[in-house]
Amino acid sequence: MDFTLKTMAEYAAEGKSPEVLFWVGCAGSFDDRAKKITRAFCKILNKINVEFAVLGPEESCTGDPAKRAGNEFVFQMMALTNIEVLNAYDVKKIVTACPHCFNTLKNEYPNLGGNYEVIHHTQFLKQLMEEGRLKIEGGSFKGRKITFHDPCYLGRGNGEYEAPRMLLEKLDAELVEMKRCKTNGLCCGAGGAQMFKEPEKGAKDINVERTEEALSVKPNVIATGCPFCMTMMTDGVKHFDNTTVEVKDIAELLAEADDL
Amino acid sequence: MQYIDNIIFIIALIVGFRLFFKSLKEIYRNILLGRKIDRSDRPAERWATMGKVALGQSKMTKRPIAGILHIIVYVGFVIINLELLEIIIDGVFGTHRFLAGIFGNSFYNAFTATLEILALLVVLAVVVFFIRRNFYGVKRLTMKELFGWPKQDANWILIIEFALMAAFFTMNAADWSLQQKGAGEALGYYPVSSAVLGPLFGNFSEGALVILERGAWWFHFIGILFFMNYLYYSKHLHIIFAFPNTWFANLEKKGKFNNLASVTQEIKLMMDPNADPYAAAPEADPNAVPEKFGADDIFDLNQVQLLNAYSCTECGRCTAVCPANITGKKLSPRKIMMDTRDRLEEVGKNINKNGKFVDDGKKLIDDHIQREEIWACTTCNACVEACPVLIDPLSIIMEMRRFLVMEQSAAPQELNLMMTNVENNAAPWQYNQADRLKWASE
Repeated sequence: MDFTLKTMAEYAAEGKSPEVLFWVGCAGSFDDRAKKITRAFCKILNKINVEFAVLGPEESCTGDPAKRAGNEFVFQMMALTNIEVLNAYDVKKIVTACPHCFNTLKNEYPNLGGNYEVIHHTQFLKQLMEEGRLKIEGGSFKGRKITFHDPCYLGRGNGEYEAPRMLLEKLDAELVEMKRCKTNGLCCGAGGAQMFKEPEKGAKDINVERTEEALSVKPNVIATGCPFCMTMMTDGVKHFDNTTVEVKDIAELLAEADDL
Repeated sequence: MQYIDNIIFIIALIVGFRLFFKSLKEIYRNILLGRKIDRSDRPAERWATMGKVALGQSKMTKRPIAGILHIIVYVGFVIINLELLEIIIDGVFGTHRFLAGIFGNSFYNAFTATLEILALLVVLAVVVFFIRRNFYGVKRLTMKELFGWPKQDANWILIIEFALMAAFFTMNAADWSLQQKGAGEALGYYPVSSAVLGPLFGNFSEGALVILERGAWWFHFIGILFFMNYLYYSKHLHIIFAFPNTWFANLEKKGKFNNLASVTQEIKLMMDPNADPYAAAPEADPNAVPEKFGADDIFDLNQVQLLNAYSCTECGRCTAVCPANITGKKLSPRKIMMDTRDRLEEVGKNINKNGKFVDDGKKLIDDHIQREEIWACTTCNACVEACPVLIDPLSIIMEMRRFLVMEQSAAPQELNLMMTNVENNAAPWQYNQADRLKWASE
């Protein structure tokens, strides 16, 4: 481990509380590709001395895929358990790199007694930058083309289109937009629990359609802000046997710019 | 006998409006079949939304060609209907161009000229719409779900609007020709009809012109009454329902799905460490209707969702942006709304016939909407974003998923596996919760 990490339990044992809780999410904890995003984000926070903690084994699925599959029971079981843990630690501010966790914690937990300030990692990084704590110099990205794929649950779901773009612009790269972006963005195909099942019969897979569009603007990097979009776009790029275009989370790009 | 015109006119007016309000009452009754939902919060924001989206058409111009043409027809139609006011006064009291006397010559000239220009713009827009819909091949306007009545309906609307405008021009041109012959008082200025139809009518006798003018006047009036009553059978109902529909729209963040409070109670009881596991179950109310989760028919949808169904114009902007539909899956958000309205109408007719709803062995799910459609949704909210009148097809899809999962345990097998994993391992994949920090040490 090349970064330091503490759990909420450890903070509590010291009688302290961190600035922010980093909600890792299931993908960020278990998916091999998404783990890299998790680590990159931790490295950035480490570098600029943000005191943060994770729940570790005390974290559960937020219940998002269960709710969107129609299973309100399982969703609320997860939600109420998580809220008990979060409230026990008196958590005030949560940051997460998963728009699905972000949306659920932010919008659906308050009805069940969980009220926190919840922000997406791109919003947090933007905040840190505006406060002058995070400095982004993207020399290594000069001349490269990046296109950003809007995650539905960050964009249309919660109206956040600017934070990720602002960070990407700081990288000195050329930000190219796909035809369907922002409010008109096209889903990667994973939301609403589709990640966990085969798609219904059709002419093509949604991620193929979306990747085709992303590749058509000839980027060097397809930037994502969601671990599920990451999987879908990576699979899409493989589908087209494209070995030159990288799919990277914004946190990874920032970590890379800083050589972390 | 000289009052016979006025009497026929008044009877037509009353019959037309009575039929119209009877239809509206029926629709209102049908909407009340849904579950109650409280959408009375934040009234200021609701009025503003309605003003912006329904009155101001703010979402229409997202597709500029259709949007601008639509605004022409909308503005034209609203303003031309000011003329309906004059028609009604003239019809009831037997006057001729009553507003001329009120407005004074120059203002009345400007008024009639404005109406003529707007009517011309409406005619042009309607013609372009007709070509676009029938010959141009806009994908969302030529899809399978529009075959049959929906396509005919769309064309009828355009034809009726064209005919009404044609009658308007004929009436004005005949009146103008009579005025040229000195047979009528010179009232109004008709730049379009005098130039286009005027020369055609030049050789007509006075008698023929009077018949033409009166004929067009009656056609125009009866046409409007007919069109008003046609709305009930048509997707054109949106010209009224867009307003309440935007007022009652969901103001929450699109990502926020509603909470089922009855489930919360149950889970809290389950998780309560002080609950006595051996306690006898509380006496159940024998008259209580068992809670049903989700929706398999229109009765389980809420009233706003049913209002949504009546407000849908079948423009297909939702379907055009639906990722599932784009990639050839069966789901079409527009079809979800059309199916909901079809089922609601079916239930309404059943009630008309039987006095109350008699089980017809049908449901919205399976008989109208297929499970394959419901499971293809990615909940991405593109359809909700695209709708020019703030309809929420996604909420209906979600209610049906809830029904399939919580009432029927009929989710696709892979989703069952995912849900079991969430329940048992607190993650959608089969990993141990204890391993949640392993990423840090790899």
